[in-house]
Amino acid sequence: MAKKLVIEHLNAWFGAVQAIRDITIDIEENGVTAVIGPSGCGKTTFVRCLNRIHEVVDNAMVSGRVMLDGVDIYSKTSDPVLVRRRIGMVFQKPNPFPTMSIFENVAAGVKLNGVRRKDRIADTVERSLKSAALWEEVKDKLHKPATTLSGGQQQRLCIARTIAIEPEVVLMDEPASALDPISTARIEELIQQIKERYTIVIVTHNMQQAARVSDYTGFFLLGELIEFDRTSDIFTNPRDKRTEDYITGRFG
Amino acid sequence: MSSLSYLRRRAINGLMLVLSYGSALLGVAMLLLILLYTVGRGAAAINWDFFVRLPRPPGETGGGIANAIVGSFIVVGVASAMAIPVGIMAGIYLSEFGRGRFASVVRYFADVLNGIPSIVAGIVAYAIVVLPMHGFSAFSGGVALAILMLPIITRTSEELLKTVPGTIREAALALGIPQWKVTIFVVLRTALTGIITGVMLAVARVGGETAPLLFTAFNNSFLSLRLDQPISTMTVLIYNYASSPYRDWNEIAWGAAFVLIAIVLIVNVVSKLFTKTKYAL
Repeated sequence: MAKKLVIEHLNAWFGAVQAIRDITIDIEENGVTAVIGPSGCGKTTFVRCLNRIHEVVDNAMVSGRVMLDGVDIYSKTSDPVLVRRRIGMVFQKPNPFPTMSIFENVAAGVKLNGVRRKDRIADTVERSLKSAALWEEVKDKLHKPATTLSGGQQQRLCIARTIAIEPEVVLMDEPASALDPISTARIEELIQQIKERYTIVIVTHNMQQAARVSDYTGFFLLGELIEFDRTSDIFTNPRDKRTEDYITGRFG
Repeated sequence: MSSLSYLRRRAINGLMLVLSYGSALLGVAMLLLILLYTVGRGAAAINWDFFVRLPRPPGETGGGIANAIVGSFIVVGVASAMAIPVGIMAGIYLSEFGRGRFASVVRYFADVLNGIPSIVAGIVAYAIVVLPMHGFSAFSGGVALAILMLPIITRTSEELLKTVPGTIREAALALGIPQWKVTIFVVLRTALTGIITGVMLAVARVGGETAPLLFTAFNNSFLSLRLDQPISTMTVLIYNYASSPYRDWNEIAWGAAFVLIAIVLIVNVVSKLFTKTKYAL
């Protein structure tokens, strides 16, 4: 498989506090890469560096290289807006736009990126909602406010909104941590369905989830990447003692 | 011992409750008193002519305040045209981009400006508009009111934009939407109902101003639509007619007060309805 993202010596700070240290990792195309680790280990900061959303926070800084298909997204000529169109993101808490309808939420990305043709927008909305396994539930109330949906539906709406702009990579920051087990299962199913078309990086503090959905797993601890390997190897045959301690539940 | 202290606490609790209910009632009673009194005294003067005719000299019956109603709308319209766009844009700056020293200075100045007596805004408008233009004008009245509106709209917009969660901004940025579109089409849109309410309240507030208009818009006994000429407004008309020795002019003042209060109430109620839409944050 090809390498979609090549991350070299990535560091990130919030002011004087360093959140991640010298991360070097390759993300395979059309695979699911899970990032696990205890709270505060920098896994969220790590994925937020991959679509240049980390830098929108005051005093946040990044160094290192993130190559998307061989081109550094942090080079001086790289436009963060264009990077984010190719690398979408689903956040921990469902965050639909509260004043927009279900339809408008999914349409927002394409519309605000300049698509004007109504039929094209409607097609995109339908296709995205179908991909996110939400279409059947909302097709009769597309013009209701997005906030009327349940938490699990809102998160699938956010996934639909993200894939509507047809990114190549989808980053998911603990996408199911605010959801009940049934909604979580649906999100995981969804990840399996869409991974053929997208490269997915998912942050999770749920190790069973990482084991279930991912092909590769990286274990983060205190801002450092401790171990990175095929998921099956990480969970059955970890090389590092700290990884073993974490996945067997001895800490974290 | 313990039951005694309990009884004592209950007694004090009762007393305090009565006091706070009483104070609340007093506040509401003042508004009701103003409303009832104005309606009682003013409603008699209201008829169709009152809205479409010009004032008559004292002693002649009939006539209306059409010039003042139109004038008030023109002056407030001029003020709104200046203060609303500038105020909202300043609010956007403070909320979305304002970091560091300059932003705190702007914020502080807006707060001070908010506390400035309205007559001072009138004097400033007199100095910077009336004197150079060599005459009173509707435009100068609009400038005076705009000075009063600007800080209210700026600070309300800022506060309301700040209630939009950061996660909404990030969600929009993560869709590859440029910052300026995120600000206008997502953040501003999310806070819009609240901002409209704030703007309408600011409009209602300056619509009731008299002092800054006395030496800017001045007065006009005739219907005028010109911005460079003196213009009549309801508040100045009330001021002049209420303090005149003629009984029928006093009655007209009450009628005008009634119309003014009705307009302010309508604006308030409409802005409340705005915030109750299903899409409110």
